[in-house]
Amino acid sequence: MLRLLILFSLTIVLWIALSGHFDPFLLSLGLLSAATVTLVSHRMGIIDAEGQPLGLIPGLLRYAPWLAKEMVRACIDVAWRITRPSLPIQPTIIRVPANQQTVPGRVSFANSITLTPGTISLDVLEKEIEVHALTTESAADLKSGEMGKRVEHLESG
Amino acid sequence: MSQALDMLSVLLLFFGVLFILVGSIGLLRMPDVFTRMHAAGITDTIGAAAIILGLMLVAGWTIVLIKLLIVLLFLMLLNPTACHALARAAVHGIRSPWQGESEQQQ
Amino acid sequence: MLTLVTIALLAAMGMALIRAIKGPTVYDRILASNTFSTKTVLMISVLGFLTGESEVYLDIALMYALVGFIVTVAVLKVSEFGDLGQSRPDSGENRQ
Repeated sequence: MLRLLILFSLTIVLWIALSGHFDPFLLSLGLLSAATVTLVSHRMGIIDAEGQPLGLIPGLLRYAPWLAKEMVRACIDVAWRITRPSLPIQPTIIRVPANQQTVPGRVSFANSITLTPGTISLDVLEKEIEVHALTTESAADLKSGEMGKRVEHLESG
Repeated sequence: MSQALDMLSVLLLFFGVLFILVGSIGLLRMPDVFTRMHAAGITDTIGAAAIILGLMLVAGWTIVLIKLLIVLLFLMLLNPTACHALARAAVHGIRSPWQGESEQQQ
Repeated sequence: MLTLVTIALLAAMGMALIRAIKGPTVYDRILASNTFSTKTVLMISVLGFLTGESEVYLDIALMYALVGFIVTVAVLKVSEFGDLGQSRPDSGENRQ
């Protein structure tokens, strides 16, 4: 019930943020569509801890700046490699251990890997993630496991 | 103050354009699907984020800022998901990613 | 500056189109269409600032971001399974 209420208020906030109008007619339309969305999601049975990972949000605020820094660093490296005439890349496929406890944690880890240029998650298994890395350096970077540790911290809040 | 913001926005737009062009060149130069995905990743993450952040600095404190923020959030959430789906489909469909001309076994 | 960004985005979209036409496998073409849609979102946002009606344009950009993702996933699904999952309701899960 609490989760339904949270989804309802979030959709109303989204409606107001996107419309920017406050006259009663448009607001009532917003209330109506937020209620419809909440009802349909409830009937689909997707409102649970997995569909609404609210516990991740405080950790995410601490994790995002580090991820952004890491993305910029990897991006400059990949861009430099693309502009070299000799194209110095060594594509490899490695397996990285994923020790996250929950499904949202593992999904965040896989998405962070894909979001960082130079590494793409190919397959998410039970305890590890299959990764395609553009260079041996980016593979070694991921193998050092700092990103995995940070996602585990993010999970524990 | 607003002078500095304008400078920063021009700088961000410049870097965004630079990364998007480099990513597109990579999309043409790379030898196979997976390496091309890395090149496209540059365009889709840093290039898009830099351009949208640059536009946010132009916009100032209006509703446009919120909309740009939501566009950025959606792009950052959806692009890796689409990329992962594509990579997974490709690894099932192709089976042998390019691993350099000399060393096929790795 | 914004005009220059638009021109550069058009050039990048042209390169993505070349990859979509040349692409040896179907995955290359889907990848090209995915980056093309990202660039379209950026271009619509920039065009909004050029014309001074960015509120309207940004709504379209937001729609385009969502539709581009759905198009990528739908085309992938059709190319993998031959349909959108009507005959096999669990086709998304049985490959885990």
